[in-house]
Amino acid sequence: MNRDLTVRSPHRAIPLWRDVRVLRILAQLAFLLLVVAVSAFLYHNLTTALTRRGLGGGFGFLKLEAGFDIGEGIPYKPSDSYGRAFWVGVVNTLTVSAWGIVLATVLGVVVGVARLSSNWLVNRITQVYIEVMRNTPLLVQLFFWYFVGMVQGPSIQESLKLPGPIYVSNRGVAMGWLFPTASYRPWSWALLGGLLLAVGVYLLLRRLEIRSGPLSYPFLMAVGTLGVIAAAGWLAVWLATGQSPLVKQDPVLQRFNFIGGRILSPEFAALLVGLVTYTGAFIAEVVRGGILAVHKGQQEAARALGLTHLQTLRLVIFPQAMRVIIPPLISQYLNLTKNSSLAVAIGYPDLYSVGGTIYNQTGRPLPVLVLIMGSYLTMSLITSLVMNIYNRRVQFIQR
Amino acid sequence: MTTIAGPLKPPRTLGVWGWLRRNLFSSWANALLTLGSLWVTTLALRGLIRWAVTEARWGVVTENLRLFMVGQFPPDQIWRVGACVLIVSLLLGLSWGAWGGVLRTFAVAAAAGMATLALVPFDLSVRLWLAGNVALIVGGWGLARRLPGIRWRRWLLPGWLLSLPAIFFLLRGVPGLKPLPPINTNLWGGLLLTFLLSVVGIVASMPLGILLALGRQSSLPVIRVFCVTCIEVVRGVPLVTVLFMASIIFPLFIPEKIHIDRLWRVMAGIVIFSAAYNAENVRGGLQAIPQGQVEAARALGMSGLQVTFLIVLPQALRLVIPATVGQFISLFKDTSLVGIAGLFELLYIGKAVLAQPAWLGRQQEVYVFVAIIYFIFSYAMSYASLRLEAALGVGER
Repeated sequence: MNRDLTVRSPHRAIPLWRDVRVLRILAQLAFLLLVVAVSAFLYHNLTTALTRRGLGGGFGFLKLEAGFDIGEGIPYKPSDSYGRAFWVGVVNTLTVSAWGIVLATVLGVVVGVARLSSNWLVNRITQVYIEVMRNTPLLVQLFFWYFVGMVQGPSIQESLKLPGPIYVSNRGVAMGWLFPTASYRPWSWALLGGLLLAVGVYLLLRRLEIRSGPLSYPFLMAVGTLGVIAAAGWLAVWLATGQSPLVKQDPVLQRFNFIGGRILSPEFAALLVGLVTYTGAFIAEVVRGGILAVHKGQQEAARALGLTHLQTLRLVIFPQAMRVIIPPLISQYLNLTKNSSLAVAIGYPDLYSVGGTIYNQTGRPLPVLVLIMGSYLTMSLITSLVMNIYNRRVQFIQR
Repeated sequence: MTTIAGPLKPPRTLGVWGWLRRNLFSSWANALLTLGSLWVTTLALRGLIRWAVTEARWGVVTENLRLFMVGQFPPDQIWRVGACVLIVSLLLGLSWGAWGGVLRTFAVAAAAGMATLALVPFDLSVRLWLAGNVALIVGGWGLARRLPGIRWRRWLLPGWLLSLPAIFFLLRGVPGLKPLPPINTNLWGGLLLTFLLSVVGIVASMPLGILLALGRQSSLPVIRVFCVTCIEVVRGVPLVTVLFMASIIFPLFIPEKIHIDRLWRVMAGIVIFSAAYNAENVRGGLQAIPQGQVEAARALGMSGLQVTFLIVLPQALRLVIPATVGQFISLFKDTSLVGIAGLFELLYIGKAVLAQPAWLGRQQEVYVFVAIIYFIFSYAMSYASLRLEAALGVGER
């Protein structure tokens, strides 16, 4: 009896091969060894393949002269380095993604709200739009926008004129745009001051409203402050220098192309429209889901308190829906940024496309791949970091 | 003005005018909105129909139908593709008889579609083949209904899984075997390639995704870090970079003597890409399973593996059906990108057709046709997902 107990006592050492702690470490060691062995094998193959082709690793080639042209983007000439060329691609990706995110959000919110409309027709139209966009590949849509909308579009003499003025032709989209003049700098200081003041006014009035009760319209007052200061600054600058800080310039049709205004290349226009309409449909579904997630009682209570439809949406539904909307919205923004790499198929020089050209010229696949993947990963990380901080601010504080 | 749809009202009959007034003309703003969107819709529909009927030259599609369906697959070997479709038809018919449900809808739709196509004046052999497919679907259904018992049904799922290697074997051929000469995978294309890539991607990425998700939840730090790194790196980059890796970097990593066809490399890339997304979906399901389930299973004396595979995973996978099917749909759509890596699936076959001098400038017809095909199958998948969710009671239990 006594012997039995001592045999089963915990003091007796468990054999090593049955000790969970040892087994765990062994399993991990084995896994690590496997990973290292496979990596070493792959690395060996890689180095042999590279030396046979006479290609060293490293990023030294980035300083060499690129020698190819890039259709659009920040100033660049073929005699610049590969590094500069890649940077042009990065900036192009960022440009199209930033515009795409802003426009897709606007479109998505409008469509998402319309999808919930009590108007049967509006409801159905938006449903068809969402289903078509979500169930066909983005690349097909891009080809459609590019080849059918742009390349096959009207010639520049017969360009489609939209209000704005915006001219759409097979040479791209030309539109009126505001350009800064010499007196823009002093005015921008006034604008900055106005912005700071507006933020101050907003914070002050909101605190007042929360403390004392009666409505003091902080947002309207802030916007008003900004508007008044901007207008006053504009007037002052104009009186002082006789020149408006911003001048609207409309594109003018010359013999073969438009001069003046802002001209978007067909590739950029098609890519932007494609990304916005596609991602907009996904964002619409996100918005719809978020609004539906707000309890019906909230809406009924708001209506019972006498708020109008719009007030209900703006003051009661949206602030609560935001909590549900933001996480999936972040991933849609990231998707849009990643999807902008499809630019390569329609010839917009984004970072993937420029990277591909660099690879073709230098024959260094590995550094190019590291550059491309590194750029996308950095963008993903920064976006999700910023959005997560914002997300933390709007979430309920759980006590 | 748009508003949020109100709460459900008690059912009552409204009549046409009542319905119109309630749903379209409830207020001045609503009436304006209705008229405005009616105007836009009418214009768009009229333009679309006029284009489709009078302006479009559908010859670019009908005369290149073989290219769109199978790409450059040798015309004298095309019976192999036909045989593959016949296998799938038979399996579909059997599954319809055995399981019903959403498969019934699919089988009926497929049979009806092919029966309709059989009325179109194609070659006689094509029409006979279409009729054969219809016969196999219906026959399979009849056979399944007649077979006694339900024990044979357990062979149906392995049958589906085994049909995949069988199809590959049939398409790839065997060197030296007279009736099945090998066919280079570079010649596979069109809808055939789109389907192969999607099906392999779906079938292979699911287990890999589950493994990655389990690894991410593992208590062993080395395995966890490895899985997290894999998942996050793949999810952080676009598919085209993965395809770039598959088509250009991958050959550098393997010994030079071994040559792997571009198709298999791209397939591997797609599987890895999709697996990372699946892993995140599955992780969501794993995290939603209450800890009590695990503890109860452990208390019953189950081992760690048993707990995972018998208790946690089945519940977790049921929870993530909608997200998983969503991932399958986007995988199906993403196969259109393999053209960038030099394979000719449906979309890039369309581009190749458009490069022929005879069909210059027929972009609209080609892309509309391609988009419709993608739409049909994506929509079918999301429909299946809805039915499956309802059948399994996701969100109710």
